Amino acid sequence: MSNMPLNLPVRETTLIAIVTVAVLFIFMSFGSAYGTRMLVEAACYAIIALGLTIQWGYGGQFNAGVMGFVALGGFCAMLFSMPTNPAFWDSELPAQLGGVFLKVLFGIALVVAASQSYRLGLSKKLRTALTIVVAIIVYFTIKVNFMPVAAAIEEQAGYIGGLSLPVWTGWLAGAVLAGFVGYFIGHICLGLRSDYLAIATLGVAEIIKAVLKNEDWLTRGTATVSPLPWPVPQPIDVGFVMARALYLSVTAVMIVAIFFLLHRAYHAPWGRMIRAIRDNEVSAAAMGKNVNKRNLEIFVLGCFLMGLGGAALGSFNGIFDPQGYIPLNHTFLVLVMVILGGPGNNLGTIIGTLVVYIIWIMSEPLALWLLQVFTSIGSSVFDWDAPSNLSSRALQARVFSIGLLIALVLRYAPKGLLPEKVPHHN
Amino acid sequence: MNELVFFINNVLISGAVAGSIYAMGAIGVTLVFSIMRFAHFAHADMMTLGAFVVFILTAMFPGVGAVVGLPTAFVMLPLAMAVTAVAAVGIDKTFYKPLREHNVKPIVIVIGSLGVTLMLQGLIRLFAGTSSRSLYIEETKRIFRIDFPFSDSRVVVTEPQLLLFVVTVVAVVSLHLFLNRSRLGKAMRAMSDNPDLARVSGINTNTVIMVTWIIAGSLAAAAGTLLSLDVTLKPDLSFFLLLPIFAAAIVGGVGHPYGAIAGGFVVGFAETLAVFNWAVILRPLHRAFPDLFELPANLSFVGTEYKIVVPFFILIAILVWRPTGLFKGKII
Repeated sequence: MSNMPLNLPVRETTLIAIVTVAVLFIFMSFGSAYGTRMLVEAACYAIIALGLTIQWGYGGQFNAGVMGFVALGGFCAMLFSMPTNPAFWDSELPAQLGGVFLKVLFGIALVVAASQSYRLGLSKKLRTALTIVVAIIVYFTIKVNFMPVAAAIEEQAGYIGGLSLPVWTGWLAGAVLAGFVGYFIGHICLGLRSDYLAIATLGVAEIIKAVLKNEDWLTRGTATVSPLPWPVPQPIDVGFVMARALYLSVTAVMIVAIFFLLHRAYHAPWGRMIRAIRDNEVSAAAMGKNVNKRNLEIFVLGCFLMGLGGAALGSFNGIFDPQGYIPLNHTFLVLVMVILGGPGNNLGTIIGTLVVYIIWIMSEPLALWLLQVFTSIGSSVFDWDAPSNLSSRALQARVFSIGLLIALVLRYAPKGLLPEKVPHHN
Repeated sequence: MNELVFFINNVLISGAVAGSIYAMGAIGVTLVFSIMRFAHFAHADMMTLGAFVVFILTAMFPGVGAVVGLPTAFVMLPLAMAVTAVAAVGIDKTFYKPLREHNVKPIVIVIGSLGVTLMLQGLIRLFAGTSSRSLYIEETKRIFRIDFPFSDSRVVVTEPQLLLFVVTVVAVVSLHLFLNRSRLGKAMRAMSDNPDLARVSGINTNTVIMVTWIIAGSLAAAAGTLLSLDVTLKPDLSFFLLLPIFAAAIVGGVGHPYGAIAGGFVVGFAETLAVFNWAVILRPLHRAFPDLFELPANLSFVGTEYKIVVPFFILIAILVWRPTGLFKGKII
């Protein structure tokens, strides 16, 4: 082996060189404040994309609701890191809210007790009916109790405020919460057809967004919360470039750590088992592997990373706006990053993220510029009077291009720019 | 009796409207699911596409409806159904067929259909903008108010709602006749039961797939148009329609057209019952016994902003308890 010529991976080197040149070009033409901001956002997206590449590339599970997990991460980052709201904590509202939570716990206990009533000799049908009736009564009781408290919080304090904990606790909590929701979904859907998981995640993402948008007592809803604290000094103290560079180094450290751990896991017996399950579920099950449990592990881990990336992205944006989470930016963009970069290849995913994000950022000025060219040609040659809202429509061309990109990549390069390298151990 | 009229207006009629829309969408989804074995995520955007074609046609020929005595948009519906059916076949030929021929896993075609979703959305918004529009361009919506015995308030039905019920019944009956009487319909059922066996028995699978897309596309166009006629044409409706439609298809049992119809109405009525304010019904009881209980002003299961939770909840419940659906669908 020692006399083999040094074999530089051509594809990787070329791609990294192209990306480096593109990044340098952006730094030179748009300034380093803009460039670092783009890099930080791309780094947060890279963490999210690593989560999706685990699910889709390693496990063959398709998550169509990345947005929901990203939003959960952003929400936890907001809730944990914002300063406490004295208007809420100094009033009687926390006690009332606590009372409602106690009632919720009591109600859950009642429902569980009803569902266990078959132990007392009730028939199964009767037990189900009893459980449903008890659940409906409990639900209405809690709802009637809770509505005035929520309204009072909104009226007197705006929202419950943050917990003024360090930012990283919020990131961790966001990741754990996203993983928990992922566990709930995965537990139900992973044993069934793969399409059902896609449908369910799509739904749960919309529900998470609806909750964050409408529960004003918790998130201020459409009024948005800002400014969110950073884990590093803010731009006011050290300047834009320095602050963003510090933030970038934090995210870079996270990416390196995640990358290293994933690499180890992929080459460990666990990774082999995962690939065996993905490539042939039936034979893996026949070899005695617990297919459902491994699939669930993969799914929860992926959601965990999405929550983490979403929290980092949320803190960096500095504003928590539930309406800012839209499927195009937070689900489909990530999907393109993964399938273009190479599902199952971590380096490919990170490079894919950078490539796609640079194109995405640059496409907005490009689309507007193209539009201007077309309208000026149109008005001078054909005497065409362009409608005034064309600029907002031009951005819709990006929706079309993302869709076309997905279709083309699946058709012509299903393995992405950097295909997954399946290691062979002798 | 006013409460009863309120119930009829807000639950029976609006539930039937939602149910008809979901049923027509779910038939298409379930047919595609059973013939081509993948969840077609672009279905809701085919609905929008159909409505959008109708919008363009109505804007071009605004006076046609007055001749027949129906809304122009409704007169244009058959044309739009044909256009959408052609578009559906074209989309299949361009995007799904190559993937199928590469023998990819069904989930890859699902991702492909998400790509198609975005393309359709982008195209429609590029031309129509993002704001909502009414399909009644030069006409006004006719509203029928029917007197109800022993009551001051009246049952309200709009013209598009009546048209929707008629179209749904016609569509369901003709689908039933097609699947049971015609050769092609029987071939479709055979292919959904066992594609390999169907192929070796000499069934032309390409024709069957094309017919599936024609049915799915035209039903989607009809549902989308009638929904837009009743409310407004919104270019970004699709993600909110997708979940109820899939829930309906899965509730009815995937691959089961009659199940999809039943599932559509189950989901539609569940949605309206969940957002219905039950305090209205309890009010007469409260008037009779004022001291018995205290009546809150709003006693609905969920607020209208959480309507989307209902199909999701139904979906989860059916996946947990009976993944094959109420009518024992074939694919799990």
